[in-house]
Amino acid sequence: MSTLEHWLQRYNAGRDALPGAGVPWLDALREEAIMRFADEGWPSNRLENWRHTSLALLEERSFAPAAAPLAPEAVLQRLRRDGEEAAGGHWLVFVDGRHAPALSELGALPGGAEICSLAEVLATHPDWVEAYFGTVEEGASPVALNAALATDGAFVRLARGVALDAPLHVVFIGGVREGASLVRNLIVAEAGAEATIVEHYVGVEGAGDVQAGAAAAGTAGALTNAVTRIAAAQDARITHLKLQEEDRSTVHVAQIAAVQARGSVFASHSLSFGAQLARNDITTRFDGEGCEALLNGLFHVDGRRHVDHHTRIDHAQPRGTSREFYRGVLDGAGRGVFAGRILVAPGAVRTDAMQRADNLLLSPQAEADARPELEIYADDVKCAHGSTVGQIDEDSLFYLRTRGLDEAHARNLLTYAFAAEVLERIGLAPLKRRAQAAIRARLPGGELMEAL
Amino acid sequence: MLDIRNLHASVDGKPILRGLDLHVGTGEVHAIMGPNGSGKSTLAQVLAGRDSFTVEDGSVSWDGVDLLAMPTEERARAGLFLAFQYPVEIPGVSNAYFLKAAVNAVRRHRGEPEYDAMDFLKRVKAEMKAVGMREEFLYRSVNEGFSGGEKKRNEVLQMALLEPRLAILDETDSGLDIDALRTVADGVNRLRSPERSMIVITHYQRLLDYIVPDHVHVLSRGRIVRSGGRELAHELEERGYGWIDEAQATPAAQGAAS
Ligand SMILES: Nc1ncnc2c1ncn2[C@@H]1O[C@H](COP(=O)(O)OP(=O)(O)OP(=O)(O)O)[C@@H](O)[C@H]1O
Ligand SMILES: [Mg+2]
Repeated sequence: MSTLEHWLQRYNAGRDALPGAGVPWLDALREEAIMRFADEGWPSNRLENWRHTSLALLEERSFAPAAAPLAPEAVLQRLRRDGEEAAGGHWLVFVDGRHAPALSELGALPGGAEICSLAEVLATHPDWVEAYFGTVEEGASPVALNAALATDGAFVRLARGVALDAPLHVVFIGGVREGASLVRNLIVAEAGAEATIVEHYVGVEGAGDVQAGAAAAGTAGALTNAVTRIAAAQDARITHLKLQEEDRSTVHVAQIAAVQARGSVFASHSLSFGAQLARNDITTRFDGEGCEALLNGLFHVDGRRHVDHHTRIDHAQPRGTSREFYRGVLDGAGRGVFAGRILVAPGAVRTDAMQRADNLLLSPQAEADARPELEIYADDVKCAHGSTVGQIDEDSLFYLRTRGLDEAHARNLLTYAFAAEVLERIGLAPLKRRAQAAIRARLPGGELMEAL
Repeated sequence: MLDIRNLHASVDGKPILRGLDLHVGTGEVHAIMGPNGSGKSTLAQVLAGRDSFTVEDGSVSWDGVDLLAMPTEERARAGLFLAFQYPVEIPGVSNAYFLKAAVNAVRRHRGEPEYDAMDFLKRVKAEMKAVGMREEFLYRSVNEGFSGGEKKRNEVLQMALLEPRLAILDETDSGLDIDALRTVADGVNRLRSPERSMIVITHYQRLLDYIVPDHVHVLSRGRIVRSGGRELAHELEERGYGWIDEAQATPAAQGAAS
């Protein structure tokens, strides 16, 4: 069976069971979305935006759960234990793309803050969702597939001026009983609202999982298709941190799309450490004057793994400021792709945009591409960009060795330091420490690095 | 005792050290002076183990051990310390982590117990005070954004913490103001002992007023061309290097003629 038939069949068999089925605008949107996906299929390198990252492999794939999955309870427990104070906060947990109330734990919320699953809000207040759900046309074809088939996700609505005291952790545990998870998160922040939202994507493969063989052949493994839409009204401040630690056999395709009103501040930290292939499209649009955005990212690949970030910042209005910093650490025959688009619309005067992409190659087989794409149609703007692909600095290595550090320790230290600089931009200390621990667990000798 | 014989070293096939001989006895302080580009830093780096330089010929024996056969970090652990002319900036690694890792690497090698965080902080803060560094420098990235003088003080701090048997100071006085010069010199003098040898590379005889050397050498075109007592430094200060080059040219010309 071809993959397209698989998804059409899934849609036909399952549409009536999807959350919000029977809500007319949603039924219509899903119908159009699945048609769009059927028409376009998975993106391949023939498309300019997918030149380095084809999803054609998904045509051949059976979406299999892990052969011997760890229990979701155990996965969650490990996640919450790892984070000291970060174990507090609000926890909304999804297993195979469906809300798991028994694993979730929301603390007391301030008045005017609504946090629930998408399924829940579609059942009770579909009208709250309509304006924010997204359209059929936006994004690449996987976003359309998501619109048609997303089974659940987080819904967050913050009324005017409401600030969430502690971070909301949204956890997606995939590949337990089902091979494919499709989730859609909607974050709606009214004027002056404030929140930090962390999305965790974690796998369930235990050690020595027999599936590793099939995964290496690329024919089996899980799929995560995630969409997060963020609407930040005037002066709202949203920090979004995504920690992707999926199994090595999982394909992770995701979009994060923000729309910012006047004076709002959006910070995105995309930490992509796991998965066989991960593609993240992260966009924000400045719909009012004086917006600020930080797009911060760190990825790690080894083996034959592949991570791609495509970002786009739409300076559609004057006096917007954007800062973009991406770093990649590439080992083995890993592959990293970064394409950062910055659009400065006519009239978006006094735009101030800065972009950097730096890659550290730890092996001669690793490969990195970093491509800025600046399109500037306004005068009186500041736009700077730069990118590097390099190896460990020999002068630094020698300096450390002359102080008695052995070569491996010195290399590992320089590697971790390169990665850790990205994490310094994460404002909340417990989240920063969690991110540091996550990257240390993946880098050689990371356990020695505790605190730099 | 350090015994350098007929040392030849090149970089990318270009000879830099061309038959250098130098003997530094235990407990002695030797100053090396010489024109820019004569090979002083190259000598220092070759002794520390920089492998971008190729040793073409000659030998270096350190207390009977073949120094050139040892990896860089083992030389360091065995007590060789190089204060860099241009200390390297290492973004993202705090000075505190770096200093502790270095001190513990050396202590492990000596069979001494590693410092825990508390003991280390106590020790490092005392040494920082002695070299005039504020505590904030512990929490900044190694040398990143340090001024020239702050970098040099940080080198002296590392030397004090690592307590080397052989210290090589490559222009540690360059770029220092008068007070810093004295602080650095005090740091060096505190370490002077009958068990500790030092090679002090400098352009200025002023440093040698504070760190009084047992011997002064002139390095020119990759060789030691003149050696003497501390009065040689004064002579160089007055007359420059021209007269040495001339003196050197004469025997070479004779050699060619015979
Ligand atoms: N990596 C390198 N590649 C090419 N040439 C080099 C390299 N390193 C050193 N050299 C050359 O070797 C020569 C000696 O350099 P070195 O740094 O040892 O001089 P120095 O005596 O320390 O000079 P200064 O007093 O200016 O510090 C110089 O001509 C220098 O350009
Ligand atoms: Mg020099």
